[in-house]
Amino acid sequence: MTLQTTIDRVAPPRPARTGPVAGALRQLMRVGENWPAMIGLAIVVFWVLAAILAPLVSPYPPNANDMKALAYPFPSRAHWLGTDHLGRDILSRILWGARTVLLVAPIAVLGAAALGSLLGLMAGYYRGWIDGLISRVGDIVLSFPVIILYMIILAKFGSSALNIIVVITLTKAPIIARIVRGITLELRERDYVLAAKMRGESALYIMFCEILPNARGPLIVDFCLRLGYTTIIIGVLGFLGIGLPPPDPDWGGMVKDTYGMMSVWPHMSLFPCAAVSSLVIGFNLLAIGLREISLRD
Amino acid sequence: MLRFFGKHALFMVVTLVAVSFLVFALNELSPGDVARKELGAYATQEQVDLLRQRLGLDRPVVVRYVEYLGKLFTGDLGYSQRFKVPVADIIFDRLRNTGLLAAVSFAVIVPLSMLLGVVAGMREGSVIDRGITMFATLAASVPEFAMGVFLASVFVVWLGVLPGTATLLSQTGGWSIPAQLVLPVAVIVLYDMGYVVSMIRASMVEVMQRPYIRTAVLKGMSFPRVILGHAVRNAMINPVTVIMLQINYLVAGVVVVETVFAYPGFGRMMLEAALFKDIALIEAGALVAVFVCVLTQILSDLAYMALDPRIRA
Repeated sequence: MTLQTTIDRVAPPRPARTGPVAGALRQLMRVGENWPAMIGLAIVVFWVLAAILAPLVSPYPPNANDMKALAYPFPSRAHWLGTDHLGRDILSRILWGARTVLLVAPIAVLGAAALGSLLGLMAGYYRGWIDGLISRVGDIVLSFPVIILYMIILAKFGSSALNIIVVITLTKAPIIARIVRGITLELRERDYVLAAKMRGESALYIMFCEILPNARGPLIVDFCLRLGYTTIIIGVLGFLGIGLPPPDPDWGGMVKDTYGMMSVWPHMSLFPCAAVSSLVIGFNLLAIGLREISLRD
Repeated sequence: MLRFFGKHALFMVVTLVAVSFLVFALNELSPGDVARKELGAYATQEQVDLLRQRLGLDRPVVVRYVEYLGKLFTGDLGYSQRFKVPVADIIFDRLRNTGLLAAVSFAVIVPLSMLLGVVAGMREGSVIDRGITMFATLAASVPEFAMGVFLASVFVVWLGVLPGTATLLSQTGGWSIPAQLVLPVAVIVLYDMGYVVSMIRASMVEVMQRPYIRTAVLKGMSFPRVILGHAVRNAMINPVTVIMLQINYLVAGVVVVETVFAYPGFGRMMLEAALFKDIALIEAGALVAVFVCVLTQILSDLAYMALDPRIRA
């Protein structure tokens, strides 16, 4: 639904003429000319590096308690961003927290994209009752407020990274399926699809090798937006206390533990909030930039 | 018209039944039960079994599901183990509170995002357009809890001009209820508006490229008249669905804001019920949430028909 406008506005895809490497390079050059995409990419790369290098660059172990620091938990030379209410170094926890988000979010979004693409391709390609079934079930899933669904499921089955990934995959797949279905309905009438049909290619080949590659423009933009949303969701789940189990650092959980002490120690919740906001902003700027780039085609 | 309602009513019933059964089944599959939670870790197995028997938890799922449906029709929503009151007592109270929050937020979001969306979309690519688009993106990028923390740290901790909690009790630090509502509403509006603004903007951009707008401009009509007389109404047709869907989010999705500001709303009640495995309350809450969703879908279809005479036939 979010992406409907995006899709409407993205230029009709054409079969790629150049090799994949040259095409990717050209895309990359265009990212360089677009400042929202550049800033977004810079922010995302920063957090990816932070996540990869967390064990090397974080000054303390993420769960180590520095009881001496509790006397003055504010940012200091020993703890650049201060410590939390248990004397744990906030900078280290934020760096390690980036690992969690940047591991869980892409896997969940990839899962949703894979399942959603498959369902959307089938609905759009076969139409008829398959389309009806997939679309109706998707409508039912989408009509339910997801946050309440998450609360029920995660409170029932306990929350682990795997459960969060499964839940996000299942609830986000219908949206992606809807987008892919729309594109497939349009693309299935194209000449190159008809040509493939006449060559006697299998339905699977046509769906995955002819239609899907030509739908990649809107899907890549959607992937970035979806990463942003998923980052928010993971943060929200942590904040509500149904995210990843403690004590492992998780940005939303860090805010949950400390926002009650905001009148005394505002830095404890402000820094994790800034971290999660900046990452989402990065993903969204990247999405805006990529959309502008694909519009210019 | 009749077919329209018939189709929607059917979809509504199917959805309600599907969701109620799913939630019911989920509760059955979950490890750990209410009786154990209720009595604590030190209760003996006999005590737990006795309570399970008294609550009727020892009978098969399907039997209890059918029984549950039967009770629903008589208006009996069950008894909340968490709050120790009948579900109907607490759920409508909480819904009313969330309704207040939702109504105030909705009343701010709609005119504001219409204004911003139309102004941004009427001149695509202008400085104002880019500014508004960027603002909308940034506002929608900040998670609600982070927005709550940011706003609270400025207005509560630093300036001290607003209360940090909205418990709706008049004795909370002497703040009036309108003052308590300011921050929760601000967070909801900022987070939610970005999305609505970008939808309205996109629709407006599209309308401005239509031939009838060019005709109006070419025949010398003033720009404000072109916008107000020709463009706005047509630009609102597509976003109206999106706008109506916000009601859905406002009623069921504001759990984060309610948690940040300790607001006694529906979402926070659901969170507590889920954490406590309060089956009756989760069940009823899920049904109410779905009911609201399907209702807003019907409302949005109606609004769509009212705005676009072409599909009325």
